Amino acid sequence: MLTVAVVYPDVLSTYGDSGNALVLRARAQVRGIASTVIECRFGESLPHADIYLIGGGEDGPQRAACDYLRRDGSLGRRIDDGAHVLAVCAGFQILGASFEVGAGEIYQGLDLLPIVTTRGTQRSVGDLVVRVGSELLVGFENHGGVSTMSGGDALGEVVSGFGNDGRVDGASAPGVTATYAHGPVLALNPWLADEILARAVGYQLEPYASVADDLHLERCRALGALS
Amino acid sequence: MRLLDRKRRPHTREVRTGESPLKGASSFEKSQPRPPRLAFLLLPLVSVVRMSPLIAPLRTAVALGAMRLVNGASRRLGQGAGTVAGGRVALLLQPRLVSHLLKGRSVVLVTGTNGKTTTTALTVAAMGQPVASNVTGSNMLAGVVAALAADRSHTAVLEVDESYLSLTLADSHLAESVTVMLLNLSRDQLDRVTEVRSIAALWSRALHDARPVTVVANVSDPLVAYAVAGLDRVVKVRVPTTWNSDALSCPLCTQALSFGDGDWSCHCGFTSPDANVRLGRDISWNGSNFPLSLSLPGAFNAANATMAFATAVVVHAHDPAEVIAAMNAVTSVAGRFEIREWRGRRWRLMLAKNPAGIEALCREVGPSRLLVIDMNDGIADGRDPSWLYDAPFENLSTRTVICMGSRRLDLATRLQYAGFEVLVTKNPVDFTRDGEVTDVIANYTAFADWMNRSQPC
Repeated sequence: MLTVAVVYPDVLSTYGDSGNALVLRARAQVRGIASTVIECRFGESLPHADIYLIGGGEDGPQRAACDYLRRDGSLGRRIDDGAHVLAVCAGFQILGASFEVGAGEIYQGLDLLPIVTTRGTQRSVGDLVVRVGSELLVGFENHGGVSTMSGGDALGEVVSGFGNDGRVDGASAPGVTATYAHGPVLALNPWLADEILARAVGYQLEPYASVADDLHLERCRALGALS
Repeated sequence: MRLLDRKRRPHTREVRTGESPLKGASSFEKSQPRPPRLAFLLLPLVSVVRMSPLIAPLRTAVALGAMRLVNGASRRLGQGAGTVAGGRVALLLQPRLVSHLLKGRSVVLVTGTNGKTTTTALTVAAMGQPVASNVTGSNMLAGVVAALAADRSHTAVLEVDESYLSLTLADSHLAESVTVMLLNLSRDQLDRVTEVRSIAALWSRALHDARPVTVVANVSDPLVAYAVAGLDRVVKVRVPTTWNSDALSCPLCTQALSFGDGDWSCHCGFTSPDANVRLGRDISWNGSNFPLSLSLPGAFNAANATMAFATAVVVHAHDPAEVIAAMNAVTSVAGRFEIREWRGRRWRLMLAKNPAGIEALCREVGPSRLLVIDMNDGIADGRDPSWLYDAPFENLSTRTVICMGSRRLDLATRLQYAGFEVLVTKNPVDFTRDGEVTDVIANYTAFADWMNRSQPC
């Protein structure tokens, strides 16, 4: 049984990020993989899961969620034990060493990624396209952060949009996939959903054609990322 | 580099999920609202008038004249309904135009995420007297200007965009009296209005700064209660609520809130206040019950009517029985819930543009063979359709959905993952039958497209 945990959907799901769980469950089901989705509410302790989804949120909830995750203390251990985390936007920033909220207030992150996020001069609001290996990742970003890596790998190079700093987006580390792309990102990028599922079950999945493929293609075309 | 303004390429093909591409005739292309280019032609006039030492009343007169000119031309050229372009030009010529137009009037401002247009219409009916109103739904300042210039009635009931409340309040300082109706706050157009909490904080600041106003507040919404905390003249309204996913954490301390039926509380002590007017089966106020039998469907419209009742009866001292009768007689507001005809078929048009709106309509739409959902991403809709995943489409009893609009593939993906059969097409007529009334749920510009292409039955 594949277990997907949505982390604090009551405070971290401003931009439909909880939809990532729906996508994983549906795409697992068509492959005959039984799965269960656990919504871990704000303040509850993290359940054991194979995949953790951490979404975006506003400044106050982001700080509160970070406090709870630090107090819980188990996310890092779960990653060491082989679980995979998909973190989006505020969820991505929380995993870093620190992030800035409000006017210059620096907040300690969970320090699972070598990333420091500061406030940019303007919000980045719009479509985001990122080249991840041979694939294109599309999504919608809406954040005021500038994330600087002091090591490790970004998820990919920004084709259009801003991402971390205008050049790269997100982070890719053992057990962690992070991005600024909402959408939800797994709905717009079925290839990424399958990649995360395959990693969790430990084998390659059979292809599954769905309307999401048309959506991905259409978004890539509409954003000028495909000739 | 931003891509926000880049033109989308036309779609090259339509798909029916799991089958070969549909060859449905592409009979119409979605029309995006165009910017009012006409306004720019008047820029030389604007700069002359703004730089000249005209006295204020004269400047107002010039501004109103220019507005009539532009609106007339705009209508003749078919550039739109002719309220926004002229209003914009007039505001450029006379930035204080709104305060001049509101001077001496009894003003009611209606704001919130959902239900503004219907509540405005119900309030206009409830006042039972000639009222100036922008009830067609043009709720930016330009639309407000056009409505006020066209109708000099003493009472003005104005729908105001939630992010324009503080501006409009500041413009109301010469009004005889001001009543502000706060309906609700939920996520809508995330790319534009970003965070609902910051809107609640803006409301709070604007209401505290304004000269004494009376507020009619739906305190079943924690964000509205937060916005009116500490104000003196508040009529508190409690309505049953089913949507609170946008206010799950406390506006004061961000802890999780617990909800009852229209009530809520937080560990920090922030709790839903006692209400003056309540909606149960009837409206209750002052020890009496007033049964509603609205022509408009849905629990959400009963809630809107309760807000209008509080404004007309409690604040403006109108007769309760007359107010209820007038609201019961309102049948359709700006096409919402109207059955219209297009291509020989009948369609019932409904507007929903955010998760809360979809939640309300899911309960309204009965079981049927199929349903049309039409989602665009024009400026007025918001460019980010991710909210489709926060909307509880799972509550629909219809299992087959025709997906339309510029974001039909986003919609179809969402619904397919939820287990629906999806039909992606521009031509829903192919799937409907003669004599059937098909429900249509559309967001803002998609709804406008439906109004344009259909006729009253």
